Amino acid sequence: MISASDVTFAYDGTPVLAGVGLHADSGRVLGLIGPNGSGKTTLLRILYAALTPRHGAVLIDDDPVGALKGRELPRRVAVVAQEAPPELPVTVAEMVLLGRSPHRSSLQAYTAHDHRTAAAALRRVGIRHLADRNFAALSGGEKQRTLIARALTQQTGHLLLDEPTNHLDIRYQHEVLQLVSALDITTVVVLHDLNLAARYCDHLVLLDQGRVAKAGPTPEVLTPEVLEPVYQISVRVLEDGDHVQLVFRPRDEPSAGPVAHRRPAVDAQPYEAH
Amino acid sequence: MALTADQDDTLGAGGVPSDDLDHGRRTRRTLLWVGGLTVLLLVSVPVAIGLGPVSIPPDTVARIIGSHVLGTPEATWTASEDSIVWLVRTPRVLLAAAVGAALAIAGAALQALVRNVLAEPYLLGITYGASTGAALTILFGVGASIGASSLTGSAFVGALVATGAVFALATTGGRITSVRLLLAGVSVGYVLHAATSFLIFASDTPEGARAVLFWLLGSLARAEWSGVATAGAPMLLALVILVLWSRKLDALTLGDDTAHALGSPPARLRVQVLLVVALCVGAAVAVSGGIGFVGLVVPHVARLCVGGVHRRLLPVAALLGASFLIWADVVARMAFVPRELPIGIVTAVAGAPFLFFLVRRMKSAA
Repeated sequence: MISASDVTFAYDGTPVLAGVGLHADSGRVLGLIGPNGSGKTTLLRILYAALTPRHGAVLIDDDPVGALKGRELPRRVAVVAQEAPPELPVTVAEMVLLGRSPHRSSLQAYTAHDHRTAAAALRRVGIRHLADRNFAALSGGEKQRTLIARALTQQTGHLLLDEPTNHLDIRYQHEVLQLVSALDITTVVVLHDLNLAARYCDHLVLLDQGRVAKAGPTPEVLTPEVLEPVYQISVRVLEDGDHVQLVFRPRDEPSAGPVAHRRPAVDAQPYEAH
Repeated sequence: MALTADQDDTLGAGGVPSDDLDHGRRTRRTLLWVGGLTVLLLVSVPVAIGLGPVSIPPDTVARIIGSHVLGTPEATWTASEDSIVWLVRTPRVLLAAAVGAALAIAGAALQALVRNVLAEPYLLGITYGASTGAALTILFGVGASIGASSLTGSAFVGALVATGAVFALATTGGRITSVRLLLAGVSVGYVLHAATSFLIFASDTPEGARAVLFWLLGSLARAEWSGVATAGAPMLLALVILVLWSRKLDALTLGDDTAHALGSPPARLRVQVLLVVALCVGAAVAVSGGIGFVGLVVPHVARLCVGGVHRRLLPVAALLGASFLIWADVVARMAFVPRELPIGIVTAVAGAPFLFFLVRRMKSAA
């Protein structure tokens, strides 16, 4: 379980988050959504203590995250951050094995168990065959899978991901999130794509200008009444089996209905492709 | 379900055991490199000691060193050979090895620290600080009262002052980021470079200016046994510490948040690594002057050999740097006998083409 309450944060005096809270249930996927600059990544970074909030508390299974010192934090929480790894010659296996470093002291070498765990994580994300490849030479999707494999190798009960589908094509976006949602570990994921959030998140927290605009089960958050004032865009909800699907249109366009159907090229925003 | 090691873990593709991760092969490859480079170093030392205006066969070199170390009697060599080998060339060659190793591991660590493959001791102002300290002593006799080691001492103090200035400039709110560190290093380096140039201008003694210039380009001509200890001990200490921190360095190269999330708070780690590097480079530069290109090029060559993981990279870089500088020094003292070439010219001439090759290689890889 991950929970945050009354989190307030400012960058150089500019408020970014004001009294934000969230609760991620054990084994469920919580999505953080909101427009650019709404504070999603900042909140996520506060959850893994990369940033310290001015006010508020973050708990990882009842322990304040700030109390998880040194290697205790990475044994409890795994993070896939949005950082561009260097173009240095590091193999996929070496990258993934780093996930075992929180379990070993500086004097200890990786054990056979560490190698088995890393190999199992690579198989889990479907890239066991890439173990000896240079990380820098992988495609975007393969790199993202490698980073998720490293997080899995940490064997934590909590997983935090910052826009893991960035730069991935549609197929990989779904593959990565399918993988994450099948893990059954407590997950908080920052997502831009609301249709991906609709499909793969159990609960959502919608942030708007540093405040929680709405939080709750996914279908309750993804409604036109909630989304339109935040994103300033017209939203139409389509039922798609178990999931909702959203169609977006700029507000100054002619309203929905027959006109929209006659102009599929305009209506076919990237999100609709899902 | 959370991942366990036992799950789905029988055989990998092609029937290869899936827990191998090809890691055994990499370890074997590293051991081969370490073994090969160790042999190269052990052969280089006596051969390089034998080379010079007065040539001495390696077996004589070995017997002279043996007589001093083990106290073997019956000297079959001349007294001048004995003093050339034991008092001049052995400390010089060992100093070359220590300084080469120090610059190489410092370069590798700094490249991880600022996540920039162009980082080297020069870039963070450390070398320029030592140069300014040395120029003060050579031109104005600062600290001359403490005796023969004043040049080494003032260069070392200069290196530490430069590092302190870089720290102070790069730190805001108790944190140091790689970009700030890089910019602070470059600006402190420029200021100190200008200061050294001004000292040369102000001194108005051609001999002094020539001595400073020679020192700026690096030289092992003043090598003594005490210098070997001055450069060697911090180098060995830094190597051990950095190898122990190698996984933290690996994590740091992946980004500050990733390092933090893997249990290595980046700001604290930067301060710690910078201190270790300043000590090791400050000591090396203090006894040898500013030798460029070693800290930049050798880590890249080491990465070509064993990859970018620091536990393997650092020892290989140290061994490569040691052998490289031994042979660069041989060229420096043999190329224009009886005059001696500043070793920085040799390392640049040898290193630059390799850098060009690396740039071309990166381009074709992209």
